[in-house]
Amino acid sequence: MTPIQTLGFRTLMLVAHLGRLGIFVGRLARASVLPPSRMRRFVDEVFDIGVLSLPIVCLSGATVGAVLGFQSYVALARFGAEGSVGAVVGIALIREFGPVLTALLVTGRAGSAMAAEIASMVQTGQLDGLRMMSIDPMHFVVMPKAWGMLFAMPLLSALFIVFAIAGGYGVSVTLLGLDPGTYISSLETAVDFHDDVMQSLTKALVFGVLMASISTYRGYTSEPTSAGVSAATTGTVVVASVAVLLFDYALTTLWGV
Amino acid sequence: MQPSPARDLVVGLFVLAGLAALAYLSIQVGGMSYTGPGGLRLYATFEEVGGLRPRSPIAIAGVKVGQVAAIDLDPELRARVALDVDPKLRLPVDSSARIMTSGLLGDQFVALEPGAEEEVLTNGSEIDFTESAISLEGLIGKFVNPAGLDEKKPAEPE
Amino acid sequence: MDGSLGGEFHIAFDGVHLTLGRRPVFRGLSCGFVRGQLTVVLGGSGAGKSTLLRLVGGLERPDAGTVRVAGEDVSRLPERQLYRVRERIGMLFQGGALLDSMTVFDNVALPLREHTEKAPDEVAAEVNRRLADVGLPDVGELFPRHLSGGMSRRAALARCVVMDPEIVLCDEPFSGLDPLNVRRVEALLVDLSHRRGLTLVVTSHHLASSLRMADRIVFLVDGHAVSGTPEDLLHNEDRRIVDFLAAEIDPAFDVAAIADERAAAGGGA
Repeated sequence: MTPIQTLGFRTLMLVAHLGRLGIFVGRLARASVLPPSRMRRFVDEVFDIGVLSLPIVCLSGATVGAVLGFQSYVALARFGAEGSVGAVVGIALIREFGPVLTALLVTGRAGSAMAAEIASMVQTGQLDGLRMMSIDPMHFVVMPKAWGMLFAMPLLSALFIVFAIAGGYGVSVTLLGLDPGTYISSLETAVDFHDDVMQSLTKALVFGVLMASISTYRGYTSEPTSAGVSAATTGTVVVASVAVLLFDYALTTLWGV
Repeated sequence: MQPSPARDLVVGLFVLAGLAALAYLSIQVGGMSYTGPGGLRLYATFEEVGGLRPRSPIAIAGVKVGQVAAIDLDPELRARVALDVDPKLRLPVDSSARIMTSGLLGDQFVALEPGAEEEVLTNGSEIDFTESAISLEGLIGKFVNPAGLDEKKPAEPE
Repeated sequence: MDGSLGGEFHIAFDGVHLTLGRRPVFRGLSCGFVRGQLTVVLGGSGAGKSTLLRLVGGLERPDAGTVRVAGEDVSRLPERQLYRVRERIGMLFQGGALLDSMTVFDNVALPLREHTEKAPDEVAAEVNRRLADVGLPDVGELFPRHLSGGMSRRAALARCVVMDPEIVLCDEPFSGLDPLNVRRVEALLVDLSHRRGLTLVVTSHHLASSLRMADRIVFLVDGHAVSGTPEDLLHNEDRRIVDFLAAEIDPAFDVAAIADERAAAGGGA
């Protein structure tokens, strides 16, 4: 095939994939409104996705905040504006780094695990087993996982941001000698609920939807082989990460200043 | 899939921690409390609003008490500013609103100065006494060329 | 054993064609499975034994032809109706296919919890009874990964029948088992068929137990089926069947002795 043909073919494949993903999400949405509510499994998933991601999210949050605080201080000090460190750190974290970094971390940790688990259930025939017991695997397995991811994302993102603000505080105040009141007040003055916090929350939710759909879709549609499981896992991390970054760009420009 | 009380407790704590973080960011950092139902909405009309924008802060004696909700033109082509302030405030009907600049070159905000009357402003009332934003160019112009300025002087505040 | 040969087949394949990937698996397969009988599906690797079971369960759809289960054509049913039909079928997958994130007890209890309103103590009583029936009274709290192959196979069998299905499909239930466990599983399957009157369809490579326990045999070759009793099969002159049996049979293995064993057991109930 010529390069043009390959490009055309790849594009068509991509569109087909998106279509299948759309259909999958539609089925997932329909399964979500049917009883029973699967609260027990949902809570277990929130534990696996949310609680178990806490160490990496909080640690990364604190370090990112510290580094951001440090570098902002350096840059601002050159203009005599180091008092605004709190504002810079807060706005950058809330609008961008909080949701995006949390999404990338959680995709790597929980998204890939989710895809792998579902894919290995395909491979060992457990999903067919469920179907033969007249239990819809979409409802029993996929739905609690997807909603767990969607629910945990904004919470993890908020915790990341709080830890990062604390990290920035730690560095600016204890290390670089900034007045604590200045840090906090510049933070509180600069950050606006509508412009910043709502944007953060919206991004976290949108990313949650992307991560939930992509990881469950790739697991569910994987080949029932060991290679299939591994492809589902790595594919999830790559596709979900790229999707998060693309949607981040779109949301950032749409939200405006 | 054994129901485990310990696990449920941990999940509950996680959710509470996350919600607390969200609340902190929204209310303490983001200043969410002024908007939404229950806020006190006042209106003030200015000849010139300068750099004032929606979400610019409103302060009394330097303390933030609300933010600008919207700025529109009224039928006489003056700027009508909608102010959302803390509903617990009791502002006399002869209070004034003035557009000030924070520092010399900072952001603009609305400073409210309480009046002396007994009656207080209610939701939807007008603040009658307003003072517009001071334009820096105008001031410098006055310095540079005190006499022989253009005929039009900035309109007097009410 | 004649069973209830009169009237319709419980499961009937009619002119089924199916191609998987590039390989044609069935080319006009027609055969029937009699209610209350234990039918063994024999055939070489790749002959389509597992696929046949999947067609019965609606997990695969044929390209042409019909698959009727208890009168309903499962090859054309939409997914939601299929779930209804599956309530009357229990399927034992190769390897068991127990959910590995749940204990054995929770696995066996799953169909009861999903489809019935039974109280927890009723469910517990039922599950323990079934596990005892398959000779696994003490494994409830273990996870499937802690069980040996034979044990997880039997636990999966318990889960399979916990809702009292009419039809039980077993895919290679003896694969990877030692002779003792082969006999155990065989006894359980025969019990289901003869004592409880369930319709069993079992795929197998294991010739000895197949001939011992089967009421009928369906032999898959070249995308078609040849059906008959075990005796019919042993005396069949079709070259392909003879070759198959010769290859499977160990020279020291006495076919006649197996036939005598069956006759001595009274040919079943």
